[in-house]
Amino acid sequence: MSEPTQEETRRLAETARDRIRFEEEALDLSDQVYRVARHLVGSREEAEDLMQETYARAFRSWQQYTPGTNLRAWLLRILTNLNIDRGRRQQRTPAMTSIDEHGDYYLYDKLEEAEGKPLDEERVVERLSQGSIVEALAHVPHDFRDVVVLVDIGEFSYADAAQILDIPIGTVMSRLHRGRRILKGELAEEVA
Amino acid sequence: MGPCEECEQVMQEYLDRELSQAEVEKAEAHLDGCAYCRRRYTFEVSLRRYVRVATSEQMPPGLKAKLALLRTPLD
Repeated sequence: MSEPTQEETRRLAETARDRIRFEEEALDLSDQVYRVARHLVGSREEAEDLMQETYARAFRSWQQYTPGTNLRAWLLRILTNLNIDRGRRQQRTPAMTSIDEHGDYYLYDKLEEAEGKPLDEERVVERLSQGSIVEALAHVPHDFRDVVVLVDIGEFSYADAAQILDIPIGTVMSRLHRGRRILKGELAEEVA
Repeated sequence: MGPCEECEQVMQEYLDRELSQAEVEKAEAHLDGCAYCRRRYTFEVSLRRYVRVATSEQMPPGLKAKLALLRTPLD
């Protein structure tokens, strides 16, 4: 084996530096990625496993990431793909009950009805416990929940969510709308 | 059902800041004049904020260290 040339040594050092920078940026985002991951799967343990698989893959294929683009979205794209591939999702067929056929204001109307008087719109949500929100979200079927979690918890744009899930923007919008309705329908059941 | 069912779709995009400037102005003009939608808009905003708070869960302690172990070892 011949000694590496100066040029090769320089290039290797540069690649190592880029890789380290990538790894550090990805780790800095891990709590934000976790916050989304936690609600894409059913349990904390599953979320931990999925995070480790995601980071293992991200660190292996870091050169596929284009610097300057949205790294959090890139990581979540890996994560959602792994989540789907692993067949982790116990797909629950959306029950075609009337639950998601209520209008957007169903929960509001239900809360108002329970209160018996016009509501303080900003305070009324406090009637719902935090636990009931987490549980209601877990009941939203996966396809809809993925979008709700990415947009409402991850604060991604429709375009980012479309890219992460590899679906058209129109599908993001319709799933989001329906997913939120299902979520509110589930919450309204609690109020009843 | 409320009287403003046709506003629902626009409301979502308005809340998500996905409308064009012209559409935003149209939606805001409607909200200015419609108490029904305004109250529900306020409700939607606080519900969304609450969902975000309620679902916010810290990463378990130790997970970041486990992730860091997956880094490519330095030569």
